[in-house]
Amino acid sequence: MEIVLFLIFGLLAVAGALNLLFQRHPINSALSLVVVMMSLAVLYWSLGAEFLAAAQVIVYAGAIMVLFIFVVMLLNAGEEDRSSHGSKIAYIAGIPGAAAIFCLLSFVFLSERKHLGATTLGGYLTSTVSNITEISHTLFTSLLLPFEVTSILILVAILGAVVLARKEL
Amino acid sequence: MTHLTNFEIFLLLTIVKIAIVLVITLMAVAYTVLLERKVLGRLQNRWGPSRVGPFGLLQPLVDGLKLFLKEDMMPLAVERPLFILAPIIALGCALISIAVVPFGALTLVHGVDLFQIANLNIGLLVILGVTSIGVYGIALSGWSSNSKYSLFGSLRSTAQMISYELALGLSLVGVVMRAQSLSLRDIVASQSAHGAISWNVFGGFQTIAFFIYLMAAYAETNRSPFDLSEAESELVAGYHTEYSSMKFAMFFMAEYANMITVSCVATLLFLGGASSPLGHLFDGFASGPILTALFSIAWFVAKVFSFLLLYIWVRGTLPRFRYDQLMGFGWKFLLPVAMVNILATALALAWHG
Repeated sequence: MEIVLFLIFGLLAVAGALNLLFQRHPINSALSLVVVMMSLAVLYWSLGAEFLAAAQVIVYAGAIMVLFIFVVMLLNAGEEDRSSHGSKIAYIAGIPGAAAIFCLLSFVFLSERKHLGATTLGGYLTSTVSNITEISHTLFTSLLLPFEVTSILILVAILGAVVLARKEL
Repeated sequence: MTHLTNFEIFLLLTIVKIAIVLVITLMAVAYTVLLERKVLGRLQNRWGPSRVGPFGLLQPLVDGLKLFLKEDMMPLAVERPLFILAPIIALGCALISIAVVPFGALTLVHGVDLFQIANLNIGLLVILGVTSIGVYGIALSGWSSNSKYSLFGSLRSTAQMISYELALGLSLVGVVMRAQSLSLRDIVASQSAHGAISWNVFGGFQTIAFFIYLMAAYAETNRSPFDLSEAESELVAGYHTEYSSMKFAMFFMAEYANMITVSCVATLLFLGGASSPLGHLFDGFASGPILTALFSIAWFVAKVFSFLLLYIWVRGTLPRFRYDQLMGFGWKFLLPVAMVNILATALALAWHG
């Protein structure tokens, strides 16, 4: 059951990600990204992390991407201009960057090959202890400091957005 | 049923449940439209639909037939795939969220709950998530129509839904903290001890949260007095200006299905769901399993119906907000009050231990 879900939604995520790159209109690209987010949410859920899946849908697909699409609609952005040859930095950094990521991923996979078949994340997150209880215990006990620091970071970001918007008004 | 395995029983019962719930929801949508037209008529001192069938009771069926038989116009300049996709998203999301609503007392047959399609331990989050995906239907319909009225309607509506989603979500946190669970069954169970006294809106001291939820829900479903997105005097019909025939009907059905979902959630979270307001006072009176189930469904339907009636009453009473008033109300009043409510609930819970 899980392997079927994984295959369907894994392929859907990859197809969405490729479509994001190939589409020429920003709205189509944004919608492909929504497809990727939703497939990732299903993958999380099939691993037993239902809270993470719901958060993924509510935060990424339901809030952030809606804002993306809202801005594209508001600016009425047209088709992407392909007459220019793109930025030089992307050309210089792109291929080595992609190669580095590929090397890193293959290193991780090769060095952890023994454990890959034996992961039991779905078994670890059983429904005996609620997922949310587990996450909140971890967040508010052992990871309290990073949690608070992140909230302050987000608060600073909100204040920064307000300051920037005030200058415009 | 002994020759079927447990999984087969589960599968069959689930399919039957989905079919029944879908049919009942769609019928409820059709008859909510009739109810609205009748009650609005009465409020405005006229009859409302009264020609088709006794008391106009067949009017929704005829309306459906009319919409089905109309010509399906496809304007030339629309963004075709998204134009077709938008009403499907809107109606699909509106119908999916009803799947996690428990509309009767827990009744197990072969380990399958009869009165709820899926009992998820994050049911409330699923409803919020599906609602937030429903915004895409409206946003895309306005943009893909390639018409300025549609675009303005959908921009207004999208901004309004994003803004009020925050107040809506925050108003539910107090209830979740009291129930200590996101499962809708647990939330209902947490307020079924002594009937109406232990409902969240009264004994749970979530009265403020209830009113915040009510106002945010009206804005979230684009209903009067927050129906800026379809202000006829300014925007023709809002985001569905360019739609005709069944595609228009899908938006129409989505709006009423959303109303029903929102009423169901209000019933579950604040009015004790399918539990009786009299508590266990008359438990000996209606003792059989069938009677208990029927009474619980009757209570649930009565509560949802009263919410729908309130929706219509508000529409017949209040004038429309201005857009800046709407945004100011959401961000500067509802959101802070919802946050204060969370703090107060958390402190009270900590105080009682």
